[in-house]
Amino acid sequence: MKILVTVKRVPDPESSIKVNPEGTGIVESGLKWVVNPFDEIAIEEALRIKEAQGDVEVVVVSVGVSESQEQLRTGLAMGADRAILVKADRPDTAAVAKILVKLVEKEQPTLVILGKQAIDDDSNEVGQMLAHLLGWPQATFISKLTFAGDKASVECIREVDGGMETIAFALPAIITADLRLNEPRYASLPGIMKARKKPMEEIDAASLGVDLTPRVRIKKMAPPPARTAGRKVESVDELINALQTEAKVM
Amino acid sequence: MDFALPAEIESIRVEAERLAATFGDDYWRAKDTAHEFPWEFYRAFAAGGWLGILVPQQYGGAGLGVMAAGTLLRAVASSGGAMNAASTLHLSIFGMGPVIHHGSEALKSKYLPLTASGELHVSFGVTEDDAGTDTSRIRTSAVRHGDHWVVSGKKTWNTKAQQADKILLLARTTPREQCAKPLDGMTLFLADLDRSYCEIREIAKLGRNAVNSNEVFLRELPVDDADVVGEVGRGFYHLLDGINPERIVIAAEAVGIGRRALDCATSYARERVVFGRPIGQNQAIAHPLADSWSELEAADLLWLKAAWAYDRGDSAGALANMAKLRAADAGFRACDRALQTLGGFGYASEYNIERYWRESRLMRIAPISQEMALNFLCEHVLGLPKSY
Ligand SMILES: Cc1cc2nc3c(=O)[nH]c(=O)nc-3n(C[C@H](O)[C@H](O)[C@H](O)COP(=O)(O)OP(=O)(O)OC[C@H]3O[C@@H](n4cnc5c(N)ncnc54)[C@H](O)[C@@H]3O)c2cc1C
Repeated sequence: MKILVTVKRVPDPESSIKVNPEGTGIVESGLKWVVNPFDEIAIEEALRIKEAQGDVEVVVVSVGVSESQEQLRTGLAMGADRAILVKADRPDTAAVAKILVKLVEKEQPTLVILGKQAIDDDSNEVGQMLAHLLGWPQATFISKLTFAGDKASVECIREVDGGMETIAFALPAIITADLRLNEPRYASLPGIMKARKKPMEEIDAASLGVDLTPRVRIKKMAPPPARTAGRKVESVDELINALQTEAKVM
Repeated sequence: MDFALPAEIESIRVEAERLAATFGDDYWRAKDTAHEFPWEFYRAFAAGGWLGILVPQQYGGAGLGVMAAGTLLRAVASSGGAMNAASTLHLSIFGMGPVIHHGSEALKSKYLPLTASGELHVSFGVTEDDAGTDTSRIRTSAVRHGDHWVVSGKKTWNTKAQQADKILLLARTTPREQCAKPLDGMTLFLADLDRSYCEIREIAKLGRNAVNSNEVFLRELPVDDADVVGEVGRGFYHLLDGINPERIVIAAEAVGIGRRALDCATSYARERVVFGRPIGQNQAIAHPLADSWSELEAADLLWLKAAWAYDRGDSAGALANMAKLRAADAGFRACDRALQTLGGFGYASEYNIERYWRESRLMRIAPISQEMALNFLCEHVLGLPKSY
């Protein structure tokens, strides 16, 4: 079995994000970049399937700038078998999904695992678009994945508003990982050394013959308004009054 | 000339920073205050195979060089763990250097796999009260009794002796007066730290308190002949091989701590508003931070060059001493300026800078003082007469 796992390069969630003066994006210089945390969970899930089933190849794939190699290397050091970097300049979600379709056609995986969303733009779209374009079943926001005995289908628990939903469907399929699916491992030093010898393929997005014209244009980006200072109230009555008449939350 | 780092070194930095970041400032402040060894941190790095970074592959390690080890320790030192974190790993990684280079095959195959896995804890016993930096004057002595040795004396500043199963011990086996050269006649032992023949007392100290330093009183400690490291009488020279790489990685650690402190200080300087503007808008606050940033960058390049030279087979003595000299000053200065940036809060434990400041002070004293590093440069680079 082959599992394709997506890996996006995103700013470290710990770093403080500044919008650039033109309001067209964020200031990227000096930022630390990491693997999208939901993608780490996706990689971990693929590795656990490999460890449980043996004959599984885990391929990590990233679409983006050349530096995304660093994040792919993290995936390889965690234990993935090989990596594919599709070089593309700021593709939007639809372009990424179309590129992934081409890779799926080429690689023929049984399962594609994605993070439920990337923590940079929080779009939460690529998995769904990919499933639609391929016409494959999908399970988004999953917190548990179980293979059927014949390994031809899976059962997933999805975290949905107000509870859990259990669904089962035949493979091949698309899955997007939620926070509680697993706790991703850290790369070990031997893992890093093995990664050195694992193949990393580079493909130019333009060579795949897909329409990369952005469908989404960012018109303006602005930071949230700065928090204004709070105020101390003298009594409980004053507090209740302020909550009712000023904040209007009661 | 190419300043790009090998991909593997970058991976080591990224992954070590990632793992170290899971232990935050609160964890380390608590460990430091309670004088508790950071077992959780130690085990996490041991499980990831990091302690074996220098151990040759045939003994279960990764067999990498000083640039890799320095990158790991800098990553760890730039986390909230600062020197506490670096020292926790440092000793396991560097303590066994003489065994790697000079130990018998039996010694290596018995102890190196346990070092790499983190199961074996070894303290490092060279320094003595009355000898100081003049190692030729150590008084701990080892005497042969039939098939074994008996060691008596007192060592000091023995890091992690509270946890150690073994101590790498330098002892006189021939009196100084009877040797052709003062540094002859000393022998290295990888001795069992058998508590029935020794007493270990923790030294109260300024900082880095999660990792203990101790006085070790040895009373007729028996040591097997098989635990002699290298040649009898050549112990000091066996230690020498480890001295340069250790200075190089200490420099890397100092850069790590300095950067940590600067990161904290710059975010504080951006946010803290006094007299109606962020304090970082005042050049009196901003310039020292920028100046320290560049000093750390310079020190970083210096230790990397030293590591590069050492890893390709040079002894790298001058570079190692220069790197340690520059980095120890740059690291401490960065912490001091960071502390100043936070004003009164810099003095408060809650803001962590005072902890980094206390810890970074150590690099100017140990493993070698700034003065002795300068002495090295005077004598071996400038060709001035030896002053001591
Ligand atoms: C926290 C900590 C952990 C340590 N861990 C270990 C360990 O695990 N194992 C171990 O063996 N040791 C350890 N040490 C000891 C450390 O290596 C020594 O403290 C260090 O080498 C300095 O020696 P000293 O303290 O005896 O200073 P001294 O030699 O007494 O020197 C005192 C001062 O005089 C200066 N001085 C001396 N001679 C000269 C000269 N000729 N010219 C100019 N200046 C001179 C020195 O630079 C220094 O400033 C540790 C020390 C500390 C503080």
